[in-house]
Amino acid sequence: MLYREAGEFKTTYQADLATFPISFDRWAFWIATAFAFLVVPWFLDDYWSEAVFLPFFVYAMAALGLNILTGYCGQVSLGTGGFMAVGAYASYKLMTGVPWLDMASITILSGLIAAGVGIVFGLPSLRIKGFYLAVATLAAQFFLIWMFNKWGWFYNYSASGQISAPERTMFGLAITGAETNPAVTYLFALGFLFVFAWVARNLVRGRIGRSWMAIRDMDIAAEIIGVNPLLSKLSAFAVSSFYIGMAGALYFAVWKGAAERTEAFPINVSFNVLFMIIIGGLGSILGSLVGAAFITLLPVFFKVALVEGMGWPTDIAQHIQVILIGGIIIGFLIAEPHGIAALWRTAKEKLRLWPFPH
Amino acid sequence: MKLTRFAVAAAVALAVATPASADLVFPMLSYRTGPYAPNGIPFADGYHDYLTLINERDGGIGGEKIDIRECETAYNTDKGVECYESLKGEGALSFQPLSTGITYQLIPKVTADGIPLHSMGYGRTSAANGKMFPWVFNFPGTYWDAASIIIKYILQEEGGTLKGKKIALVYHNSAYGKEPIRTLQELSKKHGYELILLPVDHPGQEQKATWLQVRKERPSYVLLWGWGVMNQVAIKEAAAIRYPMDHFIGVWWSASENDTLPAGDEADGYKAITFHGVGEDFPFYADLKTYVYDKGLSAGDGSNKGYVLYNRGVVAAMWAVEAARTAQKLTGHAKITPSEMRDGYEALDVDEKRLDQLGFNNFTVAVKITCANHGGPGLGAIQQWNAKTKTWKIITPYMSADREVVDALIKEDSEAYAKENDITPRDCM
Repeated sequence: MLYREAGEFKTTYQADLATFPISFDRWAFWIATAFAFLVVPWFLDDYWSEAVFLPFFVYAMAALGLNILTGYCGQVSLGTGGFMAVGAYASYKLMTGVPWLDMASITILSGLIAAGVGIVFGLPSLRIKGFYLAVATLAAQFFLIWMFNKWGWFYNYSASGQISAPERTMFGLAITGAETNPAVTYLFALGFLFVFAWVARNLVRGRIGRSWMAIRDMDIAAEIIGVNPLLSKLSAFAVSSFYIGMAGALYFAVWKGAAERTEAFPINVSFNVLFMIIIGGLGSILGSLVGAAFITLLPVFFKVALVEGMGWPTDIAQHIQVILIGGIIIGFLIAEPHGIAALWRTAKEKLRLWPFPH
Repeated sequence: MKLTRFAVAAAVALAVATPASADLVFPMLSYRTGPYAPNGIPFADGYHDYLTLINERDGGIGGEKIDIRECETAYNTDKGVECYESLKGEGALSFQPLSTGITYQLIPKVTADGIPLHSMGYGRTSAANGKMFPWVFNFPGTYWDAASIIIKYILQEEGGTLKGKKIALVYHNSAYGKEPIRTLQELSKKHGYELILLPVDHPGQEQKATWLQVRKERPSYVLLWGWGVMNQVAIKEAAAIRYPMDHFIGVWWSASENDTLPAGDEADGYKAITFHGVGEDFPFYADLKTYVYDKGLSAGDGSNKGYVLYNRGVVAAMWAVEAARTAQKLTGHAKITPSEMRDGYEALDVDEKRLDQLGFNNFTVAVKITCANHGGPGLGAIQQWNAKTKTWKIITPYMSADREVVDALIKEDSEAYAKENDITPRDCM
């Protein structure tokens, strides 16, 4: 019904290995992308940008990063909040220390700095695995937050230790600071997410991604067939932290505009991002995006529906919302333990064969 | 089918969320859930009840009803920003987030959107400088005032000298808890005491190590800069090491019944600074009873009246209402805009006479705001806990801060902020 694949023949290996081998998917993807880039910005207000889209883009970026490490390379990490903090503080130091840099370079440089820190904290992964590695990355989380609290240099010795983003521009348009146009910040964050989701997709199906997956599936076998575990694991940590660092920079500079390490990047953030990729689907780019949307947007939806739609008291609505989201998560994981992306994959297979399932 | 129903629900919810209101919109960023709910609930109830009183007794402000819009933040900045963005579009007149973290987030936003922000005794201290922060108000006193007043009180207790004494600060390791450090350091230079800094990490349930250090160092006084569960744990731990309670002084956010009751009899004698009265022995409570409680209009379960944080909610609402009234007087019309509300805050002058008219006799300090001074008078009194009667009692008159030290710090910090964010200070006559 939905899919009509009659007449679609693949004559090259390239066509067969395309990200969207079915033309219907390809069209749907490009239409959605064009809609997001060209149509949505015209109808944005501050609320939609700051409460709906920016949180989604930021957490989608972080989830992409963690999915590279955990979903593709099999290394469990609980240090996401700490690496986001590295990105945020790096962007703060760059913004205040090198005022002439534009925001795109700042974001990418912050990602690179986070990647360096990620490599250092990835070193234990060469010796320890699984839950033990999770504990080692937990140390990264606590150490990094403690460090940003301890040394005044990181927050320019302000009395309270808060950092706040000064105004920085790109092409003459304010990206950070208070005087931003919602469409500009939206496009900036969406652009980053689009480009780096693209990069991630092509990384994971290339040589590096295959070596990550080999390590994930069985590291001894991978080593025997010639995959270098040192390079693969550390490159996964570097790329993952690069993404998470950029997410932290976007979080601090573009979305929030101010941050305080204990409140903005606590261990809860690490758990939240881990839940995103588990619910969305480990080892799936689509899963990262869906998981991030699920965790960031559902609370807002329930809040609007219960408080403003039905006029419930705010505290009751908040309690109900926590119960509902917990219930939905359990429901989804019972229906499909491999996440929403796997659910979608099954549904798509059925749709392609429908109405003749045999 | 389920999907369509969800979509319809979403569409309905959004349609309902947008209508423009004809009344004066007073948003309430409250937290009745989450780790700090025990403190958030009484404050929210007090704020809500006073606004209900104004609606019921006076028919609103200047004939315009107050439209109270509550939004749950759970003390979480993500939710706080969502609340701000959704309420901003509905004509919110001023914001009071009751969270230092959310306040920091909102300072640049309100400045760009032109909505006044009143962080009453919390938030960014240097926002007291109205030249750099035209949209932010933090009267009647700042953390730095509080620190300075507490030191002044200790000076009085010690007969005017602190040479060679040790004073410890047990603080929440966050923006909020770190605020007083600079002031206490400056004052230690001036008065010659030794400052011991003892950070406690969020949420503050584990403080054994901190108090072991207190026992080792034996400071003459311990100051407490905590919030939520950290306060009660600190008081219990202090009792456990038999620290003399009357040498243990908290800031106004470490000064509620929630903090002292769990420690039982051992909390007796604990002191804290405050800027408003405690209990129900004030004329406005009679009005609250007639127009709110007896009509069954109390916010929440109505069990918090007379508590420190309930009274603080009331006083916060009172200043907001007076600011709106001042704005109406200035503009000559009842339907004010957020920017007129800001002018109202800036011209706010609630003196003793006005307080008596409102039924707030001896309840709080007189406040006069000017273009340059958004921090108010910076007055505070010391209150002491009586564990037998389970009440607080104010034991000193209202004292003023060491303006020389505090003003210099405010100037320095606000100028650093202005430089970092390219703000040119405005002129104040």
